[in-house]
Amino acid sequence: MDFEDTKEEAAFRAEANKWLSAHAKLRGSKSSRDDMEEMENGAAAEMAASKAWQKTKANAGYARITWPKGMGGMGGTPMQSIIFSQEESKYDVASGGPFAIGLGMCIPTVMAYANDDTKKRFVWPAVQGDEIWCQLFSEPAGGSDVAGLRTRAEKQGDEWVINGQKIWTTGAQFSDFGILLTRTDPNVPKHKGLTMFWIDMHDPAVEVRPIKQASGGSGFNEVFFTDLRVKDSQRLGEVGQGWQVALTTLMHERLAVGGGQGGGLDVKELMALARTLELEDGPALKNAAVREKLADWYVRSAGLKYTTYRTMTALSQGKQPGPEASIAKIVVASKLQDVSAFAMELEGEAGALKGADAPGNGAFQMGWMSAPGLRIAGGTDEILRNIIAERVLGLPQDVRVDKDIPFNKAPGGR
Amino acid sequence: MNFDFSDDQKMLRDQARKFLSEKCTTKTVRKVFEGSHGYDKDLWKQIAEMGWHGTAIPEEFGGLGLGYLELCVIAEELGRALAPVPFSSTVYLFAEAILAAGTDEQKKKYLPRIASGELIGTFARSEGPGAVTPKSTRTSFKGGKLSGRKIAVVDGMDADFAIVLARSSDEAGERGTALAIVDLKGAGVKRRAEDSIDPSRKHAEITFDGASAEALGKPGEGWSITSNVLNRAAIMTAFEQVGGSDSCLAMAKDYAMQRYAFGRLIGSYQAIKHKLADMYVNTELARSNAYYGAWALSTNARELPLAAAAARVSATQAFDYASKENTQTHGGIGFTWEVDCHLYYKRSRELGLSLGAQRTWKDKLVTELELSNAA
Repeated sequence: MDFEDTKEEAAFRAEANKWLSAHAKLRGSKSSRDDMEEMENGAAAEMAASKAWQKTKANAGYARITWPKGMGGMGGTPMQSIIFSQEESKYDVASGGPFAIGLGMCIPTVMAYANDDTKKRFVWPAVQGDEIWCQLFSEPAGGSDVAGLRTRAEKQGDEWVINGQKIWTTGAQFSDFGILLTRTDPNVPKHKGLTMFWIDMHDPAVEVRPIKQASGGSGFNEVFFTDLRVKDSQRLGEVGQGWQVALTTLMHERLAVGGGQGGGLDVKELMALARTLELEDGPALKNAAVREKLADWYVRSAGLKYTTYRTMTALSQGKQPGPEASIAKIVVASKLQDVSAFAMELEGEAGALKGADAPGNGAFQMGWMSAPGLRIAGGTDEILRNIIAERVLGLPQDVRVDKDIPFNKAPGGR
Repeated sequence: MNFDFSDDQKMLRDQARKFLSEKCTTKTVRKVFEGSHGYDKDLWKQIAEMGWHGTAIPEEFGGLGLGYLELCVIAEELGRALAPVPFSSTVYLFAEAILAAGTDEQKKKYLPRIASGELIGTFARSEGPGAVTPKSTRTSFKGGKLSGRKIAVVDGMDADFAIVLARSSDEAGERGTALAIVDLKGAGVKRRAEDSIDPSRKHAEITFDGASAEALGKPGEGWSITSNVLNRAAIMTAFEQVGGSDSCLAMAKDYAMQRYAFGRLIGSYQAIKHKLADMYVNTELARSNAYYGAWALSTNARELPLAAAAARVSATQAFDYASKENTQTHGGIGFTWEVDCHLYYKRSRELGLSLGAQRTWKDKLVTELELSNAA
């Protein structure tokens, strides 16, 4: 048992560092920024920098390390991909956030289901950051239950005419293309009447409206389709096979190794705060109730960190990681909410302030306001628990009353 | 990154699991739980023959000289099976204290007998309700004689020898503390079996009245040696707790897959699913913290005290949660004597208290965090 690289891993790390130091500057003391916050702001200058850095990486094969050569990759291992990310995080480079969904989910789906011409057309521009993709699955009537979606696609000659609405679409405002899950047959049970397409987000029949979130930011969008016409050749997979295609997309959801989704607010930051504050009975850090909370959250953070090490060990040994990799988001999101709320408790009446008026520039207030979203986005806490129960522990699926009846006859369907 | 046990260590774990699943069923546990014997003598003898006692004892003292990673995988299996043997008292505590602070002569005297399974040892600390501190330690050890009273001594009725936390001088705080090794069959020692929440691990009150004893370590070092030994024992115990949590989750899952209510398997209800998912999450976090502890133990890392406290707190929380929610998942039948739920429920609390309560370990943990941040 050790935390060392294998000889090959160490060589790869050195090589990656050599390349990185030739193309970027070390970050120094600046901390890495939170993805979610960045997506919320998504400034134009930031985007240009992201695209430039992505292109540099793609030309060297570092953009998608595990993909084949000539497609932005180098035919590398998942472990090499992790090592590169670890080293990259030490450098002051633009975020790869805008490309995460396209390269992590959309393009793998295109690669699995599109014809060679389509692949040739889309893969390379996406890998080098010239074209950004979004994933259009969730709808107002279908969030956790994605297959309950209502956006209709109707065949007219060699075209499909699409009407409906998507929601919670990350990055739709700066996306060039999207993969869109539609209902093509409401007369069959809900999972059987779906079909997937790729679409041009710049089509005038597509309207993107940002959603103002409860946290104040706007990283997500509503997307409306009014008589959007797409060619049958834009179909991914067979008619009625959309659910299977969507599962491929979701399966490619990248392994969130390294966590990071807590916005950098954890025990360390809470201790730093407790060190500066006085409570009724003296320094906050000496208060028994504060210490007990710190310990509770520390064991969850440390447990997650070492769980990640176990996952990385499996990857390093060329094995499939175990199911323990699935616990991260459940732990991180609710911990962020609890840690932030407790920090505000310690701040007392000043805890109600935000931004520059709040202690520490309102970092904990920001965490507290974004935490509800984190507990919902990408699978709610409840859905993630269902997934662990059903896929890891093997418990039976919940009874699904709409499973075997036509979608337009099911409660809430139409 | 190689944060996992080796293939050999995993093989040892599989062998231990197979052996215990045959030789230590909950029927075996119940014989001790419901009987007057302090432990299962056959099982104790068989695991001694396999060399488990001496796993981390160097070969020169009669052990196998394997190491702590090997001892940790065995601990996990003993915990999974609720093995009713004085293993933790003898191996994690008594032997560790001798290894940590014993003279060469003491090591030669005690360790080979532990490795062979002849000697049962224990470590007596508490003298009454509340936290064990230098101040709460009143038992006196002066001029080779031990006087005082210890309570809740695990395996105290069956142990041959005890290490006793005592006071060797009137100096304040830890400087006044010392450790004594005492023959529990000698003169001036009285023992009384105490009732405990988990009778599969028997407890005793031990009274010393001028009993002859030898010093372990120097006067003034009693507290620091104790802390060090408890840290090490906490990591191995965390593996027992993780094993126990695994058993509870398996038991709850099995029941949820066969019990029907309102025309459905109860395992299809989200109220049950989410409970079991939480058991899984807590257990995996505890396992990962325990792994880190195992690494610290096997390398004598500077981070050992922090790793030990984290492993301890995490594993105590996981086993507590898994054992109480296993009972809850079973419903009424889970509250009967015949069904095994309560064996785990009681063991989880006993393990959670026997090396000091969670509150104590949480405070230690934050103290270690303060130290590591200051460094």
